[in-house]
Amino acid sequence: MGRTRQERRTTLMGLAFAAPWLIGFVLFVAYPVLASLYYSFTEFTGLDVTAFVGFDNYVQMVTRDELFHKSLYNTLYYLSLAVPLGLVVALCLAMLLNLNLKEVSLYRTCVYIPNIVPAFASSFIWLWMLNPEYGLVNLILEQFGIWGPGWVSDPRWSKLSIVLMAQWGAGGSAMIFLAALQDVPRSLYEVADLDGASSWTKFRYITLPMISPVILFHIITALFGAFQVFTPAYIMTAGGPANSTLFYVLYLYRNAFNYGKMGYASAMAWLLFLLSLITVLIVMKTSARFVYYQGEER
Amino acid sequence: MANGFRSKSRIERRSRMVGRLLLIAMSAVFLMPILWMVTTSLKDSSQVMAYPPIWFPWPPKWANYSTAVNAIPFLLYLKNTVTVCIFTIIGTLLSSTLVAYSLAKIPWRGRNALLILILSTMMLPFPVTMIPLFVTFGRLGWINTFKPLIVPSFLGNAFYIFLLRQFFMTIPTELSDAARIDGASELGIFRRIVLPLSRPVLAVIALFQFLGSWNDFLGPLIYLHSNDKYTLAIGLQMYRTTNYVEWELLMAASTLVVLPILVLFFFTQRTFIEGIAITGIKG
Repeated sequence: MGRTRQERRTTLMGLAFAAPWLIGFVLFVAYPVLASLYYSFTEFTGLDVTAFVGFDNYVQMVTRDELFHKSLYNTLYYLSLAVPLGLVVALCLAMLLNLNLKEVSLYRTCVYIPNIVPAFASSFIWLWMLNPEYGLVNLILEQFGIWGPGWVSDPRWSKLSIVLMAQWGAGGSAMIFLAALQDVPRSLYEVADLDGASSWTKFRYITLPMISPVILFHIITALFGAFQVFTPAYIMTAGGPANSTLFYVLYLYRNAFNYGKMGYASAMAWLLFLLSLITVLIVMKTSARFVYYQGEER
Repeated sequence: MANGFRSKSRIERRSRMVGRLLLIAMSAVFLMPILWMVTTSLKDSSQVMAYPPIWFPWPPKWANYSTAVNAIPFLLYLKNTVTVCIFTIIGTLLSSTLVAYSLAKIPWRGRNALLILILSTMMLPFPVTMIPLFVTFGRLGWINTFKPLIVPSFLGNAFYIFLLRQFFMTIPTELSDAARIDGASELGIFRRIVLPLSRPVLAVIALFQFLGSWNDFLGPLIYLHSNDKYTLAIGLQMYRTTNYVEWELLMAASTLVVLPILVLFFFTQRTFIEGIAITGIKG
């Protein structure tokens, strides 16, 4: 009896301390999630729900809205380039930054700094870097006799520009990979050295498996981020030229806040949520064979 | 044998040299845009368009900075941004620590389930909650105020709660158990034992939250509509008119936005690195 009272007291105490988040969860997560699901089945201007339309929003999206198709295509295009490229760049940087050099912390600082520049500021910086006539990138290309493209002002290059620009922030992930690389036990490499293993063999059969959980974590967060790419397109190109950078969330934002189609935008938000969940689930399922958790054999 | 060792160390030395050169090149590539931003901010408008590019405009046109600050209500936007930063830091530190304490130090049933729930909310894309939040804040009359940006931080942030919980778990339970036997209340243990031991992680969170609010774009874009309420993230767009950008002014303003973060970074590098390490552990 006394013990259960004690237990109840502890539970109450636990709940009391957790109260801020529990209230926040109800107000800022649970309610909005359910409300947006409801809105997604309605015609909603932001002030009044004018009609309950069932699955109409979803049907229209999938079957009739060409801009929606375009925005989905743009986002998937961005994602399928930015995520793998980001992984390779961050991993290569981390390997380099793991070298045993006296001044290596200086390089780490240099590579990390762009990661803390706000996305809105880096959008402006890169808009200027990629300016077709006076931007530094094309000026440098010109020194090598290359006539650079119009970058963000050319629909064939605009998405690629944003993919490349995103690599400027690779230092953040590189630091996480670096921490993972430093956690790989030295002894494994020493044993491999005794067996005369090549650098590639060591990378492939020691480094990669040992850091694979971190790689998986990186891929998942990068996928979520890429599905929601917004700021560079909003600032640099406003979705243009010719809607070539009209990304999913940008189109969603416009539907909600410019066109007053909040029901439709809510449906888009839910579809985005489902798409990213499915993608992440697929990644997790297929990765089970590649990811090695040290604790597993126990 | 000895020969083999020597050639091996030579290969090693050579690959280190190659690595060093690559690192120097990478460092240059990563810093170039920042350097380009700063030099552009010091150019005369004719130098901005010069070919070949001018790296060190002489004399530097410092006047661009005062022009940029006066061209838009820059100081007001700075004040707005700092206001949001300060209040969100206070809010996050007050709320997330309490919740993390509950998860890490109070042995109640259901706390692991709560942790999973908290972590799973991090998977929720902002667009899903964005519209109902906007509508609700609108009904409360909070649109065009800082409240939608500030108030949620007083109700805890999943990521920071997780970070704090991981840190609190490393504080020996014996400390809090002993205090409990001495009759200390949970709030007393929280305030007198756990918080004082957690200064490093509190600094990490204050820093992350500062960056989060300073860098936030979508939040202010949605909630702040009149141009006396903008934060710097939104205000910077005012340097652009429909067809024309005054690059030297925009770059001067960008420098002013980026500079505080860089200074902060240099003074708190160790805190930063600790923060990254804690984040990385999760992987």
